[in-house]
Amino acid sequence: MTSTVESRSEPAGRGAPSGLVAAARAPGWARYALLVTGLAVALWLPNGLYPAVAVDILCWALFAVAVDLLLGFTGLLSFGHAAFWGVSAYVTGLVAIHLGLPFPAAVLAGALAAAVLAAPIGYLAVRRTGIYFAMVTLAFAQLVYYVANEWRSVTQGENGLQGVPRELFGLDLTDDYYFYYAILPIVLLGLAGAWRIVHSPFGRVLVGIRDNPARARALGYPVHRYKLTVFVLSGFVAGLGGGLFAVSHRFVSLEVLHWTTSGKAVIVVVLGGIGTLWGGVLGAGILVRLEDWLSFSGFEAIGLVTGGIFVVVVLLFRRGIWGTASALARRWWGRRE
Amino acid sequence: MTAFLQSTFNGLVSGAFYALLALGLAVIFGMLRVVNFAHGAFYMLGAFGAYVLLAEAGVPFWAALVVVPLALALLGMALERAFIHRLTRLDPLYNFLLTFGLTLILQDLVKLRYGVQSSPYEAPAGLRGSVDFGLFDFPTYRVFILGFAVAVCVGVWWALARTRVGMVVRAATERPELTRALGINVGRWITPVFGFGIALAGLAGVLAAPMRAVNPLMGADLIIVVFAVVVIGGLGSIFGSVAAGFGIGMVQAWAEAYLSAFPIVAQTIVFIVMAAVLLWRPAGLFGRAEAPA
Repeated sequence: MTSTVESRSEPAGRGAPSGLVAAARAPGWARYALLVTGLAVALWLPNGLYPAVAVDILCWALFAVAVDLLLGFTGLLSFGHAAFWGVSAYVTGLVAIHLGLPFPAAVLAGALAAAVLAAPIGYLAVRRTGIYFAMVTLAFAQLVYYVANEWRSVTQGENGLQGVPRELFGLDLTDDYYFYYAILPIVLLGLAGAWRIVHSPFGRVLVGIRDNPARARALGYPVHRYKLTVFVLSGFVAGLGGGLFAVSHRFVSLEVLHWTTSGKAVIVVVLGGIGTLWGGVLGAGILVRLEDWLSFSGFEAIGLVTGGIFVVVVLLFRRGIWGTASALARRWWGRRE
Repeated sequence: MTAFLQSTFNGLVSGAFYALLALGLAVIFGMLRVVNFAHGAFYMLGAFGAYVLLAEAGVPFWAALVVVPLALALLGMALERAFIHRLTRLDPLYNFLLTFGLTLILQDLVKLRYGVQSSPYEAPAGLRGSVDFGLFDFPTYRVFILGFAVAVCVGVWWALARTRVGMVVRAATERPELTRALGINVGRWITPVFGFGIALAGLAGVLAAPMRAVNPLMGADLIIVVFAVVVIGGLGSIFGSVAAGFGIGMVQAWAEAYLSAFPIVAQTIVFIVMAAVLLWRPAGLFGRAEAPA
């Protein structure tokens, strides 16, 4: 599989097989084995890492999958997804602080707010494609950032929202270890939802639009409406991650809306593998763990490392980790058949 | 009336920075189909270059105005040869991502060496004080920036309109396939044009040093505004990018002057204008429509 963004420049029909087709070709037992392994790792994770880091990985996994829904499966690079992650973080924090709702309800409210915000931004952004789409989403996210910065009565400006409670029917979730298991079902639901979107007829149309928008249009698909729908869904999934991030840190700062956050989400996806869905989860695990290790060892220039990863992956390793691994696996199966 | 003229003038000065950056972006995009995310970082390097030369080698502003853009052009050309060049055949998104990575690296390198606090840089001796325009006074340095930026834009326009290289660049920007089909060797000009665009960003940075705080993050937020400016103007149009740069500068200044009760509007007006342009003319004010998608 050549990387999906690349394959768009090839003539229709001759494009490399997408991740979807590839997944369908892997034997059933292998997919079940992967699923079981993945779940086992998810259940074990806070025993092998600092639980706080494991929690961060879960949040970023949702964020990455949201970005990959657009980048990998619709061919739209959103460079402004911090808007949805961050707005959900603020709304979740505000709902949890002021209404005292259990945290899943607060996170749901946050994710819904992100989806609502995604509608107008998506409506405007899908009017442009390719590189312009990236610039437009980046610009709108910056707009949201400035508004949050200025609207101090609600967001507390530079101080940030402090004391976001981890309320869940009186259970004591202050320990990150237990909190991890409390949010795991929500994260798995979000990931399963993304998987469901990709493997639905709707998802197939998205891939069709990615590979050949003109043909999709000629076949009568309302391309803009499909793109807008997946943009809103993606905003919702990113919002789930952002809301959980707010509850887990018990604190929301302006950083959640900053463009570097959008960029980090894209790095995670590219590192894991564009258009692989689970690659983003893997990328989140690696990058979050790496950043934690760097800041723990007192290294200040994290941008040097993340930027370096970006340069290396984009230059030499465009399939990402998951894409490379699945290409190798496919070659191996191909030989046996 | 005085207030209006004054804010218009201020707007033109900040528009001059947008215009210089947008011009560089547009020229690079035209030749390479690359949206250079690192443009803001090169602007920052321009300002830092001027600052470091003065503080550590005593090189005056006027020399920095020549040396720094040239040095950055060389750095840009080296980066183009080493990295960007390898990805130009692929989807432009890859180079956007690559230059984003370069931005993070350049920013952090400067941050490691000089910290995040702002460094002061004094305007050169001849450009302190203010100029009396009858109705109002204006800082000499800003008058100089505006004049200089307009001169650069006109100079670039002249070069594009009247020279052989300019014709190739213009043709390759506006009708890339056709230009190649006519047998013109576009490839030969790619690296120099990239260097030239970077030099413009560096020049804007040197000009900004005496006026704005010199710090490693000064280019980061600016580049996003410039992206909005080129979406408004239409990145494919060199004239459109410059016009939108000056236009947005003025609109921002007016919003600051007349909507001061809503500071948020002045900060975000560029994005609001961008939204309106996307609704009304998705290809930008001076851009050509893309193929439907």
